[in-house]
Amino acid sequence: MDDFLLRALLAGYGVAILAGPLGTFIIWRRMAYFGEALSHTALLGVALGLLIGISSQITVIVISVALAISITLLRHRGQLSSDALLGILSHSALSLGLIVLSFMESVRVDLIGYLFGDVLAVTQNDVYWIASIDVAVLLTLFFIWRPLLALSVDEELAQVEGTPVARTRLIFMLLIATVIAVAMKIVGILLITSLLIIPAAAARPIANSPEQMALFATVIGTLSVSLGLWGSLQWDTPTGPSIVIAATILFLIAQTRAILR
Amino acid sequence: MHNHEITNPTPILSVSHLSLEIGGRSILQDINLHLGEREILTLIGPNGSGKSSLVRVILGLISATSGEVNLRKNLQVGYMPQHLKIDSLMPLTVSRFLLLGGKRPQKRVHEVLSEVGASQIINTPIQYISGGEMQRILLARALLREPQLLVLDEPVQGVDINGQLALYQLIQEIRDRYGCSILMISHDLHLVMAATDRVVCLNQHICCTGTPDIVTQDPAYHELFGSRQVALYSHHHDHTHSLHGNIIKTASKTEHKEHKQRG
Repeated sequence: MDDFLLRALLAGYGVAILAGPLGTFIIWRRMAYFGEALSHTALLGVALGLLIGISSQITVIVISVALAISITLLRHRGQLSSDALLGILSHSALSLGLIVLSFMESVRVDLIGYLFGDVLAVTQNDVYWIASIDVAVLLTLFFIWRPLLALSVDEELAQVEGTPVARTRLIFMLLIATVIAVAMKIVGILLITSLLIIPAAAARPIANSPEQMALFATVIGTLSVSLGLWGSLQWDTPTGPSIVIAATILFLIAQTRAILR
Repeated sequence: MHNHEITNPTPILSVSHLSLEIGGRSILQDINLHLGEREILTLIGPNGSGKSSLVRVILGLISATSGEVNLRKNLQVGYMPQHLKIDSLMPLTVSRFLLLGGKRPQKRVHEVLSEVGASQIINTPIQYISGGEMQRILLARALLREPQLLVLDEPVQGVDINGQLALYQLIQEIRDRYGCSILMISHDLHLVMAATDRVVCLNQHICCTGTPDIVTQDPAYHELFGSRQVALYSHHHDHTHSLHGNIIKTASKTEHKEHKQRG
């Protein structure tokens, strides 16, 4: 196997391992649109990174976290519904990102790569970076698992029972922001949420416990990465979208199985 | 306003001069109440009278505009919310749901489930259980915490009348077994009277308070609820159902309770 393919595969697996459990929480908490909004702001993060000349992965995390916190604060003020609020924030962040990028004539930016992913351009360093993020995120998730599960079922009940609701919620948002920064390179800003949501949704009919669902989502995610990469080589299709379509096919198979049973 | 409260030297919970405003609208005005050890206190009042808001302030879920809530230090609180909607996308069995409140030995889970009469559904996915079973499961989750204070928000909601009697009886048994205090919200004015030590009649302010027989004779109570308490439609079955749904021939017991609570 070619080196670039191996790196692409490893990076893809690294993202799928995180997307599995985090994606299951996203669909339990009905935060799909929130994830979408966060990933759109990632482009602004990239633009700022290029502007001030630091690693765009850092700026993406910082910008996503800032957005996550401002959404939480604004939501408590009422007035606008959260989906309207998310829509406003996500699209203005995406547009702002595109505008800032257009000003940078000195740097040639691979916009399509950012929007739809460029997994074949993954470097050795990227793979190491993804691996260390994997370890950090999975460890954190392990420690907040029970409280996160409790507040995904009901926040008020969890709070009365002494679960640190605000803290857990914040840590969870940090984790999502981190995953977005990592996944950007693989499937691109516009397709990140699909990698979070589709494997998790596909895992639902075959899972009997929360942990099983997270695990199956991871397995389905890695399978999608393998199939997507293979298909992309076979038929010369764009890699990011091919991974998403592979996940969708697995989702449809799981749904059909559930209906037939 | 009558004041027939039992003086208790060390209340487990006391609320003083509590007021709550939301969006400029007054929800609660100058609420004073206390709850003694092993006491069952029921909040009654019409829709929008602020019962749930008061409970939410006491639980610390919303903060009061003014006034104070004092809970005894390190008080273990068990809370049974009015209803809980669990996303169908979450694969969760009843026993797993119960353990979300904190780690407990499996033996204790079995114990609590049989206390509330729901042992048979321990491994059922929680989305498949009925409304009445959900009430019992929520109660079980509160009990797993070995509460010193049990807060129940309309515990018998959506349960038929025989089920309501059984549930109220269970609540009294729980008080005796756990030695806990119980604060409960009730929509119903009749069956609950047999199950409570003291009643607080709420309509944004406290209208009247006291033991059930005193409150039901209070003019403020009649003013608040009109003639509803005499217009109760009730029919009697010649049997009742146990917690497990088995039929028990105890019509006389049911009738007796009805008479008793009508004074």
